[in-house]
Amino acid sequence: MRHRKYPFIAGFLFVPVVLYAVFVIWPYIQTFGYSLTDWSGQSQTMNFVGFDNYSKLFSDSVFKKALVHNMLILVFLPVITILLALFFAFMLNVGGRGRAGAVQGVRGAGIYKIVFFFPQVLSIAILTVLFQAVYRSDEGGLFNGVLVKLGLEDKQHPIEWLNSPDLVLWCIIGVLIWAGVGFYLVLFSAAMQSIPKEIYEAALLDGARRGQTFFRVTLPLLWDSVQTAWVYLAIAAMDVFALVATLTPGAYYGGGPDFHSEVMATYLMRNFLTYGKSGYACAMGVVILLLTLILSAITLRITRRERIEF
Amino acid sequence: MTTPIKEPTPVPVGKVSTPVGARPRKPRKEERFAEGGGVLNAFSHGFLILWALMIVFPLLWVVLSSFKTDKQIGGSAWSWPSHWSFDAFSRAWDKGIGDFFVNTLVVLCGSVTLTMLFGSMAAYVLARYEFPGNRALYYIFVAGAMFPVYLALVPLFFMVNRMGLLNSYIGLILVYVAYSLPFTVFFLHSFFRTLPTAVHEAAVIDGCSHTRAFFQVMVPMAKPGLISVGIFNVLGQWNQYILPVTLMQQQKSGDPDRSMLAQGLVNLALQQGYSGDSPALFAGMTVAMVPVLVVYLSFQRQVQSGLTAGTLK
Repeated sequence: MRHRKYPFIAGFLFVPVVLYAVFVIWPYIQTFGYSLTDWSGQSQTMNFVGFDNYSKLFSDSVFKKALVHNMLILVFLPVITILLALFFAFMLNVGGRGRAGAVQGVRGAGIYKIVFFFPQVLSIAILTVLFQAVYRSDEGGLFNGVLVKLGLEDKQHPIEWLNSPDLVLWCIIGVLIWAGVGFYLVLFSAAMQSIPKEIYEAALLDGARRGQTFFRVTLPLLWDSVQTAWVYLAIAAMDVFALVATLTPGAYYGGGPDFHSEVMATYLMRNFLTYGKSGYACAMGVVILLLTLILSAITLRITRRERIEF
Repeated sequence: MTTPIKEPTPVPVGKVSTPVGARPRKPRKEERFAEGGGVLNAFSHGFLILWALMIVFPLLWVVLSSFKTDKQIGGSAWSWPSHWSFDAFSRAWDKGIGDFFVNTLVVLCGSVTLTMLFGSMAAYVLARYEFPGNRALYYIFVAGAMFPVYLALVPLFFMVNRMGLLNSYIGLILVYVAYSLPFTVFFLHSFFRTLPTAVHEAAVIDGCSHTRAFFQVMVPMAKPGLISVGIFNVLGQWNQYILPVTLMQQQKSGDPDRSMLAQGLVNLALQQGYSGDSPALFAGMTVAMVPVLVVYLSFQRQVQSGLTAGTLK
């Protein structure tokens, strides 16, 4: 049999590797190459311009604005999402009424987990259309409808959520949190279930309060999952393209009003498809890629703790 | 490297799967200890219910809105549909949602099948056969999962264009397959490793070829894992947005509109805004939403364990 091993391996790997190389690896590599040219996207003629695109990028005020927005999302999205998910996961797994000192989850924990996960299976396009309706700037919108009903808002002067320069970015972050918490809840929940219940019970017997068990027992044992979640959310924060492009006002890939919700990805797409500055767009792509890599590395580095075996 | 995906401890998914919620144990007589448990219980239920409502309410509201009239949608958000009819659904269907639905089905049939076939073939060979470059190839596959798709979008567009496959089913199917491979290979790789070698060896001793051993022995044994990844791919590709937007634009005015469902829906929403036929838009959303929710609800154990298996250590 041995002598027929290699033809078999080659036969099985050939198609997947070719597909992957042609449609995934090669385009990524090309992005680097194009970033050094003044390629316009339409013609195949281009000149090598070295690092011109990169130096232009550092004096581009819109790009800097987009970068700041990405950084804001990068700070708030992971912190809020992870805190909420941790809180809910703790509630689900140990928040139940302790009977006979036994630690257990609340009733219906399974149902909560299923419901919280819903947004994760919805397309970004559905989220967009849904939240356009939610954020609608008249009484027909869900938010304004609630506020008018509660008498907190004048019916004649509703809040224009997505058209307000101060609110628009927070609206986007809100959608991301709404959609993301369920996933991380399930992630943390699975990790929490692998923690032996005896540890909690021992802590409770020793007189620890519930809150203390969370900070002294649960969190240290969950640290690996929290770290993973952080890296995932950081990557997600660098890529909010679809949501911003479709939800926010502004011709060609949103970003409005007046660049107040611009993120790097939407600016990249506009440069590529609308302005025809493909080389410049590719340089932006390389910068975003490097930033993502650096951020993941930093996150892993600074959150590194001694692993606790249990 | 900083790949966020870590080696998972192999989880035999379909059979065991992550336990969903700790079952409440039978209440016993002696209720003491952990004072404050009751307060915490009420408190946690309050928050959990609040968040659950925040999830369910908007979705329910969308479904309800597809039964309302245009006027009602323009009015208060709190109105109840005055009469129940499926008019909006048939109007949405005529507006192209029906075509988009069929387009999506056609593409998904091809792409999910091919993803599973090629993904399991590659994962199997990488997991079970020693050859030079095995590890390197595996890491190259897995690394693809961590870069955002839009970074490759510019060259990808021209690549597909040069092949003459823009706005064609085949083009989109091939691209979907290529971009689904990292996760599929990663997940199935660890799955194939957990399967016992004895059955495979027995088959080979009986004179089974490598290829036949794979299709007739290994694939049936890997069924739970294949189902998990398959569902994940169905959901992921059904919801894909940025790839079809780039690759499935009409090239000439005579071109057929081969939009995917998600993409067609956004176009519909952008085109008519709210001046047009909003109930039809909501009906379209319901059409796009309900199938994935049904798939998710029927396979939620596999989906949840499938999604988290890749991230757990």
